[in-house]
Formats: sequence, structure tokens, C-alpha cells
Amino acid sequence: MSLDVMIVDDSAAIRKILRRVLVQAEVPLGKVHEAADGVEALAKLKTERVGLILSDINMPNMDGIELLSKLKADDEYKNVPIVMVTTEGSQARVLQALELGAAGYVKKPFTAEQIKEKLTGII
Amino acid sequence: MNHTMNQTIENIPVERIENTVRHATHEVFSTMLNLPLEDLPAREEITSEPPDSHDGVEALVGIGGAWTGTGRIWCNSKFACKLASALLMAEYDSLNEEVLDAISEVANMIIGNVKATFEDSLGALVLSIPTVIFGRNYRTRSAGVTSWIVVPFKAGDEELQVRFFLMPTKGHAPVQPARPEMVHTL
Repeated sequence: MSLDVMIVDDSAAIRKILRRVLVQAEVPLGKVHEAADGVEALAKLKTERVGLILSDINMPNMDGIELLSKLKADDEYKNVPIVMVTTEGSQARVLQALELGAAGYVKKPFTAEQIKEKLTGII
Repeated sequence: MNHTMNQTIENIPVERIENTVRHATHEVFSTMLNLPLEDLPAREEITSEPPDSHDGVEALVGIGGAWTGTGRIWCNSKFACKLASALLMAEYDSLNEEVLDAISEVANMIIGNVKATFEDSLGALVLSIPTVIFGRNYRTRSAGVTSWIVVPFKAGDEELQVRFFLMPTKGHAPVQPARPEMVHTL
């Protein structure tokens, strides 16, 4: 069974890398959707259903924390795993994301193995 | 103008800043780029008026919070293309949007990791969205900054420089926006 994924990051480079890494991590990918910030992600998620969201934290317009908060308050998305992919490391905002219901986080820079390891058990 | 480095900046040993920048840069290069990187001696660069001009590509990331700072990643256009090619696994031989975005992200990861290390001792800090400058004879000026720590690296025949400064935010407000950058192009 394939998995539709949403990648949310203001860096097109990171979105491209994550697409490649998901393939390398042998995730059974269906459609991969991209958004540059939380606002664009929410707009796309109104019409596209996904089973996994990978999101940066530090983004313009709407950051990953606000996106996470809104999705966890949405009955349609509250059970969809959201993994934060961020340079924020072990800082307060990562802890805040986990408290809000993020399924986990991966620190940038990352390897395909780290993404695979993080997604094992989540999907 | 270059000088040998002071011992501390606001009680932070300069050697600690240098080592933190080096560690973060090596981590990004080994994890995401798979490119060799050699250390060159760090130095203090005193800002001049008018500021020195540069050629190439430079990505700037601001730091705010109880401490204020900026991290700058500089390289020439050729090496910027090589970095983007390594990061995105595609061939680039001239600057375009993807190359500039890749340099932004490299800067974001390096300075983000430096910031995360300093948060342990300085408290919560925030990062700005990266800004990229490219071209010839551009000048940058950061208000109130008198010197930068320059941590250079050699990557094959090319050079990468990380410039960094950090100082307490006046009044120690809990969160302040990153310092504004003024850019002059001749």
C-alpha cells in the first residue's frame, strides 16, 4: 500500500532532498505534495489527503509549530503523523512540537538512514 | 583589515566560537554534501568604513534573542555551483535559483547548529530566514558590528568562509528580531 506524503519546507533544496531520501529510505511512496510554508500546506491539505507530513519549523508566513497545532486540532488530520525536520536541534521549540503531538523530529543535517530510522514505527 | 583574534567576546572564548563553527560546518559537509573540507587558520576581521567589497555568493542568517548575531557563509560562484550539485545531486555550472536556495540551506544548517550549541549556555535564540547576496563588488554592513570572527576552510582548490559575530542584546529583551543587514552594490 502506498503512502501519500506532504513535505513542508521553505527551502526547495530541502524539499527535493527529502523526496530523494524518502525513496532511499524505501518508503512506499504514493503522491508527494510540497508546500513552502504552513499556509500553503493547509491550503493543499484541504483537497489532498496524505498519510504522513514532514515539516520544517522555521518558515515564513506560518511556521511548523502553528501548522502542527492547527492540524492536531483538525479531526481529519489529528491522527496523521507529523515529523519535524529542523535545524532547531534539542531546543524549546522541538520540545513544544513534541508536546503538541509531533510524531518525532529529525535534525538537519540528516542522512537517509536517520530518516528511515525515524519513520520506522511511525508509518 | 585582519588581526589576530581577541581572547573572548563578551566572556565567550573565541576559540569556543571557532570550534563550534568548525564542528557545524564539518557536520554539514560530511552528512549532506560528502565533500572534503580542510581547516584554515581563523582570524578576526575588523570592519572598515566603507566596508570591503566582495565577489561571489554569500548567505546570511540572523540570530536573535537575549543575544544578537549574524552568520555569513561566503564562497565564489564556481564553488557555490559545486555545493549545490553535491547537495541536490544534479549538475549546475552557473548560478540560478536552485543554486542560491542550496547555499541558503547550507548556511541555515551551519548557523542553525551553531545557534543550537550556544543556546545551552545563552538561553533560547531564534534564527532569521536566510538572505542570499550574489554578484560582484557587493558590500555588506551590519549596524554596530566592529569585527567578525572568520573561520575559513579549503575545499579542493576553493575556499569557503564562515563569518560570525554574537553579542548581548541591549536590555536583554527575551526575543529580538535578527539584526538588519544593509547591502551596497557598486
